[in-house]
Amino acid sequence: MVDLAVVEMSRLQFALTAMYHFLFVPLTLGLSFLLVIMESIYVMTGRTVWRDITRFWGKLFGINFVLGVSTGITMEFQFGTNWSYYSHFVGDVFGAPLAIEGLMAFFLEATFVGLMFFGWDRLSRLGHLFVTFMVALGTNLSALWILIANGWMQNPVGAAFNPDTMRMEVTSFYDVLMNPVAQAKFVHTVSAGYVTASVFVLGVSAWYLLKGRHLQLARRSFAVAAAFGLASSLSVVVLGDESGYVLTDNQRMKLAAIEAMWHTEEAPAGFTAVGIPDIAEQKTHYAVHVPYVLGIIATRSLTGEVKGISELVETAETRIRLGILAHDALERVKADRTDMAARADFARYQAHLGWGYLLKRYVADPRMADDLTIAKAARSVVPNVPVLFWAFRLMAGAGFFFIAVFAFAFWLATRHDFGRTWFLRLAVAIIPLPWIASQAGWLVAELGRQPWVVEGQLPTFLAVSSVTLAQVWTTIIGFTLLYGILAVVMVRLMLAAIRKGPEPDPRWTEADQPRAGAPGAAWQPLPAE
Amino acid sequence: MPIPLDYETLRLIWWLLLGVLLIGFALTDGFDMGVAALLPVVARTDEERRLVINSIGATWEGNQVWFILGGGAIFAAWPHVYAISFSGFYLAMFVVLVALILRPVGFKYRSKKADPAWRRMWDWALFVGGFVPALVFGVAVGNVLLGVPFRLDSDLRATYAGGLLDLFSPFALLAGLLSVAMLVLHGAGWLALKIEEGPVLARARRWGVGAALASIVLFGLGGLFVAYGGLGYRLEGVVDPSGPSNPFLTKAVAAPGAWLDNYASAPKTLLAPLIGFLGPVMALVGIWRRADLPVFLGSSLGAFGIIATAGLSMFPFLLPSSLDPASSLTVWNASSSHLTMWIMLLATLFLLPLVLLYTAWVFRVLFGRITTEAVRTNPDFY
Repeated sequence: MVDLAVVEMSRLQFALTAMYHFLFVPLTLGLSFLLVIMESIYVMTGRTVWRDITRFWGKLFGINFVLGVSTGITMEFQFGTNWSYYSHFVGDVFGAPLAIEGLMAFFLEATFVGLMFFGWDRLSRLGHLFVTFMVALGTNLSALWILIANGWMQNPVGAAFNPDTMRMEVTSFYDVLMNPVAQAKFVHTVSAGYVTASVFVLGVSAWYLLKGRHLQLARRSFAVAAAFGLASSLSVVVLGDESGYVLTDNQRMKLAAIEAMWHTEEAPAGFTAVGIPDIAEQKTHYAVHVPYVLGIIATRSLTGEVKGISELVETAETRIRLGILAHDALERVKADRTDMAARADFARYQAHLGWGYLLKRYVADPRMADDLTIAKAARSVVPNVPVLFWAFRLMAGAGFFFIAVFAFAFWLATRHDFGRTWFLRLAVAIIPLPWIASQAGWLVAELGRQPWVVEGQLPTFLAVSSVTLAQVWTTIIGFTLLYGILAVVMVRLMLAAIRKGPEPDPRWTEADQPRAGAPGAAWQPLPAE
Repeated sequence: MPIPLDYETLRLIWWLLLGVLLIGFALTDGFDMGVAALLPVVARTDEERRLVINSIGATWEGNQVWFILGGGAIFAAWPHVYAISFSGFYLAMFVVLVALILRPVGFKYRSKKADPAWRRMWDWALFVGGFVPALVFGVAVGNVLLGVPFRLDSDLRATYAGGLLDLFSPFALLAGLLSVAMLVLHGAGWLALKIEEGPVLARARRWGVGAALASIVLFGLGGLFVAYGGLGYRLEGVVDPSGPSNPFLTKAVAAPGAWLDNYASAPKTLLAPLIGFLGPVMALVGIWRRADLPVFLGSSLGAFGIIATAGLSMFPFLLPSSLDPASSLTVWNASSSHLTMWIMLLATLFLLPLVLLYTAWVFRVLFGRITTEAVRTNPDFY
């Protein structure tokens, strides 16, 4: 049997390292495209102020980027170090997108990012813009492949268990790529990154405006961030990854947990706006109920049923019993690989194999489980309802709030009105909010997947390595110390760079005035500049 | 759709690609590690250190992807190897990760402040980021040659015996030092190409001579150890090279001296150790004749020969088990499925040439020696 303390500590370590990594990723995703936009304006107009703007935000991009890269190294190897059985069990499917991510995306961003910083005087304007664009493309492609891998854990399509190799193997690579959960996650996650970067640029610009410093840079950056942020915040909410919630039992369970929907309601189900979910009593106290809304959002119809938690637990119990039959057949295949009857039985029940594995938390051999144990295993498929309920509301609430913020910022920018002190203060104050929202988003996605590491196939507690508790403690303490120190260093350098602002560059002086007749010549300077 | 290449061929191709990746990693990220390990000894003043750091400043990030890709490709093509080696070497892997995390941060943050204490601290981080991975990777390869103490159960779950300190046996330590010598030579070879003539380059050449001599001696000692130290594993009975990836379907046993089998049955493979010796010799000649390109070519050939020797000696073994030889992982029993290997081959054939193409373009744009003058005046430099 697996040491459950090792499981919990391994989960803690993964949560710690993944969420830390994801502090840097969203800003990289969005700021890289903001750099492309700013530099494109420079190339098109020839106005050097845009080059200085690009170089300034590029410097902040670099301070953040390097920690995203460093902490990504841990992620690439952690499946092997801490989740050895997972790596064996799904490596045939999960390894491929990870490797392609390296080949297609990470190589692209990492190879060009050096040139982006060091190539200003070695490349033409257009050449440098191309390099910046390659960095943005690379970072975003990187997110695509990682989310294809992650989406497969949520909805494992295009693969089947092979009793000869005791693992999942790819049956259709196309299905793995076109996984609707992965597609929805990709759009949602990169949009969230764009929002994060927009809030960051808007907030820092607002701070300069409040201080009356670097106004040329601040106004232009404010305007770019407002426009890009408005588009992205609309996209992040509208294209939120709701669409995948009706596909599988676990995705349904995640939805039911997010909504704290303890029992199935008659269609179309109502939406609980706020309330206090109570696990023990299986009800939500002080619930504010909005009729119909959930059914319509989740099923896009008035008749589609949204399953409640207790009904999903009943389904789980049925599947666990079928899973026992799958285990019995598998053990017979292992004992005699030529036993065709056993293979036929396995083929019949193999869809439920993972549900049988849930019993291994309580008994070494799932075939020995009694009714009480089966009921206990069925209840174990309910994730942490209150955390999901609140994390989702925090994330979604932030999403709607950002739409309002950017809509107003955009309206201000179109009127060249950069003097609303209350709004500028607000823009500075909300800088941390997108990070909080995206961390909450990860909690919803990954805690909502529990108790599975791969939905319906492999429970999390079976996925760990056979390492000792002392070993995991050592690495948790080590990573916490290292990451803690790096966070302090990074934030200080970032704040220092912001305080310093854009620096005049000795290599470029009066030589680069805007070209005569260039589109930029017609561009009106902002008032009071 | 039928897969045009059979399973056995694909496994062979992926064994070769594993070699390509490891050698690609040693040739690109290898010089970054070597340069970082040389940093405290070849560069003394801050300006000298910045000269050395900026010789790899714009390209280390791309080079490092060879390491990440190595992890991803082993995961995709040899999932058993990924699962068992990284968890089996748990704390060693942690040490490597910490060192490799310090490295990018060191490059980027070191020159953000003028404070000498701050810079000294990051210089140490960079040294650790170069020296420690070079050592631990070599120690790991040494342990793989010796056999790793793991055992598989019928669900193919691995359990291990031994801890971090057990990894540092005399042979493994020798392999670790060889890896350090090989990469330090490669770093010296890179500095010879990339920085201006001066005291730093002179010191780099001197360290290059030491590293080349050490490579030759340690590689020779390693060979003697492999021949007479009782190392080796062998597959017994009928092996189905297209069989399912399950170690219990093949039968491996410990067989002292078996790591020399392939050289006896296919003498052409002796070219690999030969190149492993001749590479450092070529680098020595280059340093002696003040010709810079042969130093780098020689260190590259040396790394190629040494890594190829390790792979060829063990073929078809990837990760032999000392605790339970029957659990050993080989090319024939530890790969991903036929379909995954094929899809991944297509992806590699399409993407890897593209990667090489734009990497070459980036290196071309950045071509030329770094000068102290540029370090003083270019505000983009680290």
